[in-house]
Amino acid sequence: MSTTTWGWLILAMPLAGTLAIALGWRLWRGTAAGWIGSLAIALAFAASIGALISLLSHPADHRQLTSALWSYDFTIGVDAKLSILVDPLSVFMALVVSGVSTLIHVYSVSYLDSDRGFNRYFAYLNYFVFSMLLLVLAGNFVLLIVGWAFVGAASYLLISFWYRRRTATAAGIKAFVINVLGDVGLVLGTFFILRRTGTVDFLRVFALAPHLFEHNSTDLVAGCLLLLVGAFAKSAQVPLHTWLPDAMEGPTPVSALIHAATMVTAGVYLIARMHPLFEIATTAADVGAIVGCLTLLIAATIALVQTDIKRVIAYSTMSQIGYMVMGVSVGAYSAGLFHLMTHAFFKALLFMGAGSIIGAMGGEQSLDRMRGFRRAMPFTFLCFLVGGLALSGIPPFSGWLSKDDILAYLDDRGGGFVILGIAGYVGALLTGMYTFRMIFRAFFGEPCEEARELQAGHLHHPETPYNPATGESEDTDVGFPGPEHHIAERDWRMALPMSLLALCALVGGLIQIPGVDDVVSRFLAPSFAGSRLYGLHGSTGTEWVGLIVGALVGLCGVTIAYRVWLARPQTAPQLQERLAPVHRFLSNKWYFDELIDALVVRPAQWLGRFAGTVLEQGVIGGGVTGGTAGAVRAASAAVRRAQTGFLRWYAALMVLGLSAMALYFLISAA
Amino acid sequence: MSAVLFFIAAIVAIAGALGVVMLRNPFYSVLALVCHLVALAALFLLLRAEFVAAAQVVVYAGAVMVLYVFVVAYVGGTDVSAGRLTGGAERPSGALRVLAPLFGLAIAVELCIALLGTALRGISGKGAPYVLGFGTPEQIGTEFLTRYLFPFEAASLLLLVAAVGAVVLARRRRGLEPDEEPVGRPRSRPAYTGTMAEVAGLLSPGRAQRADWAAASADAQAERDRRAPEPTAPAPVAAAAPEDGR
Amino acid sequence: MAIGWYLAVSAIIFCIGAVGVLVRPNPLVILLCLELMLNAANLALIAFSRMWGGPDGQVFALIVMVVAACEVTVGLGLIVAIYRRRLAIDVDELNELRG
Repeated sequence: MSTTTWGWLILAMPLAGTLAIALGWRLWRGTAAGWIGSLAIALAFAASIGALISLLSHPADHRQLTSALWSYDFTIGVDAKLSILVDPLSVFMALVVSGVSTLIHVYSVSYLDSDRGFNRYFAYLNYFVFSMLLLVLAGNFVLLIVGWAFVGAASYLLISFWYRRRTATAAGIKAFVINVLGDVGLVLGTFFILRRTGTVDFLRVFALAPHLFEHNSTDLVAGCLLLLVGAFAKSAQVPLHTWLPDAMEGPTPVSALIHAATMVTAGVYLIARMHPLFEIATTAADVGAIVGCLTLLIAATIALVQTDIKRVIAYSTMSQIGYMVMGVSVGAYSAGLFHLMTHAFFKALLFMGAGSIIGAMGGEQSLDRMRGFRRAMPFTFLCFLVGGLALSGIPPFSGWLSKDDILAYLDDRGGGFVILGIAGYVGALLTGMYTFRMIFRAFFGEPCEEARELQAGHLHHPETPYNPATGESEDTDVGFPGPEHHIAERDWRMALPMSLLALCALVGGLIQIPGVDDVVSRFLAPSFAGSRLYGLHGSTGTEWVGLIVGALVGLCGVTIAYRVWLARPQTAPQLQERLAPVHRFLSNKWYFDELIDALVVRPAQWLGRFAGTVLEQGVIGGGVTGGTAGAVRAASAAVRRAQTGFLRWYAALMVLGLSAMALYFLISAA
Repeated sequence: MSAVLFFIAAIVAIAGALGVVMLRNPFYSVLALVCHLVALAALFLLLRAEFVAAAQVVVYAGAVMVLYVFVVAYVGGTDVSAGRLTGGAERPSGALRVLAPLFGLAIAVELCIALLGTALRGISGKGAPYVLGFGTPEQIGTEFLTRYLFPFEAASLLLLVAAVGAVVLARRRRGLEPDEEPVGRPRSRPAYTGTMAEVAGLLSPGRAQRADWAAASADAQAERDRRAPEPTAPAPVAAAAPEDGR
Repeated sequence: MAIGWYLAVSAIIFCIGAVGVLVRPNPLVILLCLELMLNAANLALIAFSRMWGGPDGQVFALIVMVVAACEVTVGLGLIVAIYRRRLAIDVDELNELRG
């Protein structure tokens, strides 16, 4: 079977899954829909492996294959086709996406077991995976935009999954609006590129680009900056990041899949895919790098003070994606994508663990209330530990190798990039700190009440279910979470995916050890043939130096966390008091929400109100239509006055007319 | 001689015309018109139109004016003078009292200009030489039956139409006058369908309308007996009015 | 007498009739003034008929008389009908159609 057929199969499986679940949503009883969905994605993963094997059977310089189902040339005047591009980059992304998705589907079967919206959830989740795979397999800009938009829609549907919670629906709208802003950027960027190249097909654009654009030409820089707007919105980079923490209103598996492993990495994929353009428009690439760097620092600082366990992990995601964006913007393509892969593993693992501990807490998500779960939930603790160590970049976990791969590359590039590298190390320090703050606070110390209950063998359930963010009580009917909670220790459907991910987080890095093997870089090389930055490497020695520095920095962070939150627990409150303004600034997320509210939301609302009252009612209603009507009415009123009804008045007018006519004839005869 | 006769006839005609316009009592106006018509007949005779003069006296002054006299006697002719305002709405009377003579004067002046100016230079003042038989009944009759047959027949048709029309207009409706009951049988239409006839009170009045009339007659009764009118009258109307609206 | 005199008389009578139509509020009198105008036209027709020496003018005048008679008939019928409905015989009162 040809490679591109495998590509179409990768797409067809989740699509079939969505349709089957959605059309039969009344049919499926129990957890059937969940298993159908998981099977569909598992088949997609199998197809990805098939595509991989098939791709590797081609010679290295023939590994960018396209296939089109039909073309829209004649309808829209642009050479848009329903085409996919199967090349190492897309197969890599497809493997990561479908692999992690399968595990998350299985986890979701347990997590949403008692939820009344179970079938709807799996329809949405399959739809999401389909959209994401469409995005990564797209062979031209148009299909990319379609996939991009679908993914945004799926994100909205899943964030507002528990739609009777006002916090969830508000978060869904916020995410969607910011995503749409990104979509606009993406579409405009496409237009800029289309204008000069005359084609939307990726391979053709990349072939034409070096000839059409000179270095840093304004057109291309503008186009790439607009593409970056799209990337930032989707990947939650500053300043379009405010939706991601709110997106934690969705169920935890959704956060794991969409907002850690897959959707938010779409921006990274975009920049990597468009690398020929970014290498010409280096200004745009620099902007990307700087924004990525800023994001990783800002997010890391905010994560230090968050009390909601899911939000800590969310800001961690934001920070790590900052690393990836920074990496692919400066040319560390394989390193950035490698980090994308390992991050998918350990971040999904962390979210799954968070879901487990939230289940133990009966729906409560606040770190202030969790304590001492180490003995009650050993498996979850182990998973958290593995994920946390990988995230902090401690050897030999995968995160260490991938994150420090990026930082080593930055050091190698030299010049201004070293500053970015140093910022990256600072971020790594902070990463260690906040990760282990979270772990120490949740798992160590005097067990809280729920932990004691669990140790005694009883899983805690609240008397009335409530919204963890606002405390409002809710019922467990459709639109709210179901009544049952699950933990990994008791449910194999949670434990199995977590174990697999923990394994991958542990050994996943071993495929790209500098000086030993470079599976990822070699595999991805055909996608980046023609890049002048791809092959840049320092010597193995310098790379190892960077790796060791990174490991030390990470360990440093862990130690600080140990000191502050475990060894002397009163240090944290003391610091909070002494540095109260800093704490407030960080707790308010650097006031980005307020800034955006003042700069964008309020003017938009004002504009809407103005248009609604002054323009709509005043100018158009009163002035234009009212004025026209009024003018007509006045004219008719004036004319109507001649209709008096008095006979003699009419007779007088007739006489007047007669005399006027006679006068006319007299004058004309004279 | 003929000049003297002309002037007498002309003055009488004009005097009659003025009398028609200015006399208060319409009866006197009719009589003034009769006088005017006779004077005009004299003028016709001076112009050698014997038959027309005779027809004028017999038909116009004799029949049409008699009809007029009958109607004026029946209707009574209120003594409304020109320009008296009987309250209420705007009337053109005030302005017209001033303007009408002006309009008239304007037309008179124009006609005079037309007459005395260019129009008649080409006309010989004396007229054509007199031909025996001019204006006799024979000549007129011949013309009517040969050249002007069609207008003759059309005129007779017109007379027929006018006669029928007059009968239709002035016939007495069946029923009593004071209550103005509707024409003919009420047709089988549901009430309040909103036809004009219904609004005018001519067809199928609803309960409200009959109640109205009952109230009106009760009012008349009450006025004679000096008692308050029945209170039921406004209520059904008011109750029916909202139904009427939709 | 010259034809012009007859025409002048006709003109004067016509104008008097026109003024009468405009000035009097009683519809009966208005109809009378209308008759005046028609008669003035008749006089002019007869005068011209005499001038040309042909009977055409007289024939026309006779037809005019017929028309005037019909018009008077119908007009008076209307006035009688109005009188029967107890409405005022005054053209200023009768300034609205009903229904």
